[in-house]
Amino acid sequence: MKKNRNVGIIGVGQSVYSSHREEVNQPEMINEAVVEALENAGLTIDDVDCIVHGNMELFEMVHQPDLWHTLGTGAFGKESLRVTTGGTTGATLVAAADHLVASGLHDVVLAIGFEKLQEGHTTGGITNMADPLWGRQLQTGALTGMTAAQMIEEFGEQRAKKVAMKYRILMDQHAMKNHKAHRRLGLSPDQADELMENSPQLVGELRMIHMCSQSDGACAMVFASEEKATALCDQPAWIKDHVTAHREEMFCIFGDAPVLSTHRYAAQKLYQRCGITNPREEIDLFEMYDPSSWWGSDWLREFLLLEGDEHLKMIENDEIAMDGAFPVNPSGGVIASNPIGATAMVRVAEAALQIMGRAGEHQVPKTVNQALASGFGGTMWTVLTLLTRQAPW
Amino acid sequence: MPSDFDTSDCYTIPGKLALPYTYFAGRVGSRFITTLRDRHKIMGVRCDHCDMVLVPPRQTCERCLRDLSDQWCEVGTRGQVENYTVVRYPDRHQPRPVPFVLAMIRLEGADTPIVHLLEEIAPEQVVIGMAVEAVFAETTTATIRDIDHFKPCDS
Amino acid sequence: MARRVGICAVAQTTYQRDKWHERFQGMALEVLEPLLEKTGLDFSEERGIGMSISVSDDVFDARTISDNAMTDVLGAHMRCEEKVAQEGIQALYYGLAAIQSGHVDVVLVLGHCKESQGQSRNMVTHLAFDPFYTRPVGLDFTAAAGMQAQAYAAASDVTDDHLAEVVARAGRMARMNPATPETAVFSPEEVLASPMLADPIRAHHAYPVSDGAVGLILAAEDRARDICTHPVWITGVGNCMDSFFLGDRDLASNFALKKAAARAYRRAGIDTPRDTFDVIEISDQFAYQQPMWMEGLGLVEEGRGGAWIAGGGPDAMKVNRSGGMLAGNPLLLGGLVRAAEVSLQLMGQAGDRQVADARRGLAHGVMGPAGQFHSVAILERD
Repeated sequence: MKKNRNVGIIGVGQSVYSSHREEVNQPEMINEAVVEALENAGLTIDDVDCIVHGNMELFEMVHQPDLWHTLGTGAFGKESLRVTTGGTTGATLVAAADHLVASGLHDVVLAIGFEKLQEGHTTGGITNMADPLWGRQLQTGALTGMTAAQMIEEFGEQRAKKVAMKYRILMDQHAMKNHKAHRRLGLSPDQADELMENSPQLVGELRMIHMCSQSDGACAMVFASEEKATALCDQPAWIKDHVTAHREEMFCIFGDAPVLSTHRYAAQKLYQRCGITNPREEIDLFEMYDPSSWWGSDWLREFLLLEGDEHLKMIENDEIAMDGAFPVNPSGGVIASNPIGATAMVRVAEAALQIMGRAGEHQVPKTVNQALASGFGGTMWTVLTLLTRQAPW
Repeated sequence: MPSDFDTSDCYTIPGKLALPYTYFAGRVGSRFITTLRDRHKIMGVRCDHCDMVLVPPRQTCERCLRDLSDQWCEVGTRGQVENYTVVRYPDRHQPRPVPFVLAMIRLEGADTPIVHLLEEIAPEQVVIGMAVEAVFAETTTATIRDIDHFKPCDS
Repeated sequence: MARRVGICAVAQTTYQRDKWHERFQGMALEVLEPLLEKTGLDFSEERGIGMSISVSDDVFDARTISDNAMTDVLGAHMRCEEKVAQEGIQALYYGLAAIQSGHVDVVLVLGHCKESQGQSRNMVTHLAFDPFYTRPVGLDFTAAAGMQAQAYAAASDVTDDHLAEVVARAGRMARMNPATPETAVFSPEEVLASPMLADPIRAHHAYPVSDGAVGLILAAEDRARDICTHPVWITGVGNCMDSFFLGDRDLASNFALKKAAARAYRRAGIDTPRDTFDVIEISDQFAYQQPMWMEGLGLVEEGRGGAWIAGGGPDAMKVNRSGGMLAGNPLLLGGLVRAAEVSLQLMGQAGDRQVADARRGLAHGVMGPAGQFHSVAILERD
């Protein structure tokens, strides 16, 4: 593929993520992120050509919410696009903004992902994605104990549980340095054993402590053409490439078709397209969409194309810590904050902040040349985005 | 599908989306609603840059994106009908049985009209430009229906 | 300079009041199969369809992530699929961007909607309104349209007689369109006698509830020329969002449509839009919108929509030969169906509705209360 022109991320804005944002309605919450993103980019709304908007509408039951949200998005009089792809929405919004700027249709695009989960019923909303004939009576929202069971079977109960808990605590330590994060629990490693036993079970070994938040929040990002990006920003985060892979829901459950991992498939495709042969060495940082610490641990293997227990060792040896060899989720990840329609965008935004050097207290100590961000949603859908320090095309 | 549809040859599953929602009015919305409910006053916000008094109030001016949350100003409880329609199709989301009149009413001092129910007048008698006044609700709901409806008044 | 993007094939189901015998997936398959057949494409990595853009609405489908149900029929297993959850014509805007960005060469667009499934379309559109100021008074898109129709009537020369003719003509046009087999044909007298729905909109002025699906294949120029003999180029796109509160807007002004059209014309290099289009398809959900949108597009003199109708303008300018949205297309898909119709015209595949030698056409879509959001696409063939 040959990209028409480079696209740089030059501004990021996030509302504070919380489960108690009663003081703002939806457009007002979005506006917080919009105002911060514009300030961060050094622009006014007049400099923006197009607004891209997305969320999962069943969580708030507003039909075509971008219509109401003009009260906070700045979309009045502008071009706009609305794209929604479940949990991956935020990452798809980044892809959409990338296409709109790379194509030459626009020079500056503002993308907004948001969710106000406290206004709806999250698990009910998620369960509603199942087919009414075949699946709805079986689905339990996003809660599943399957991965925990698989990891326990493969690696033994003690090791698997310890790794998942270590991952959890590391993520919280990262979140403690991110003032935007929703849940900053102040966990310490010596609590690990107690939490493993005492945290309430949700499904099997998936316990409350492992599972992500339900957050209210919005994330906004400013994307610019190369000319504008270099003029406005001393270190844009450039978009090199992105790969999306969906997965059909039914025949993988009821049939005997092999269960392919979209994570691994997307990673293989992305690395091949971008000339990456050793992702663990060539990528400096990974913001992974990790809805639970079991999934976060397990998917490390898929995304980095590892085998055996390499991924467990990365966690056991602190490689994924903020100051480690391969930092994962210096923001605290999805377990700390999960405003679903924004979450996948926040991964890209946080990876961008790391390249731009604007991640504040949770900035990793090394130079970030290439950063990976993943989005997850639907029935194991993946959107994988690669950002670079140098203009890639 | 119509309720008398013959389903002997097909398999159907009835469904209902029954998810509970609780919406937050936010700071600006709450101030508007409590002032309406407790003092029977209608508040708008003023955007100095765009030189407009906006009702319903909102935190941000849509056009210039300035913060309006401290720019409160009171508007009248009377106004003029600028536009209207008569809703004649019955449906479950409606506050009244049909026919009922929805009117765009510009309150004294406001630059933008609000949409509200116009009652105590036959639909055929409604005239654009007529003067109307707010009738406050006995039982409040923490919404714009704390004004129950508008009715004709002397100009 | 970004490469040109062409529409290579179009397919649609019939639009009917109640497709009780089909699920969404079945309707979509009816569209996918002819598209693959006509183009010889598949979903293979190297030369196949690289991206699927779906169009559907979670509230209408009563299903969270409504594209999740459609993965296999969208060819999205281990592939890229993204849902445009906005007026369907925006899938053209987005597909154009995705190809011109260089990211992908061939795109499938496939939208579906079953308005019959829900109890009431008005209950769905009611949910577009905010919970505190506008939902409690019972607003929905029909009531909002009523107010706009009122404002437009005051600002223009359009009368009830003109609108009756618009509806009667739509029925006659729909008779020639195999995709709209159930559209009622009314005489102007019957339209005038139909009861009021939301004054001044009459029951027969409103587009009927319908189910259906529509799709297209988009491709970059070099691939397009391989896939079909006469690609229909997307030469201009433009869209615009107006204010949300009805009171913040000038309902008769066509503010958003004028801007959307200006953007599309500029991108297509069109200075004088009048007399430039061989065929025009606009989304007239209610009869008053036909003359009103034509004025907003700059194709009919402002305030003179009535005279345009009385003078036979719709026939002369080849407007809505398909029957338009008045013939019955789902709310979300109207603009995409319009784009499909213009494409069929330019491809010479429009059957009895064919306009001879059609080379340039305009397709329009609209969304939101009283046309808060408009989107325009200009299509041309060599």
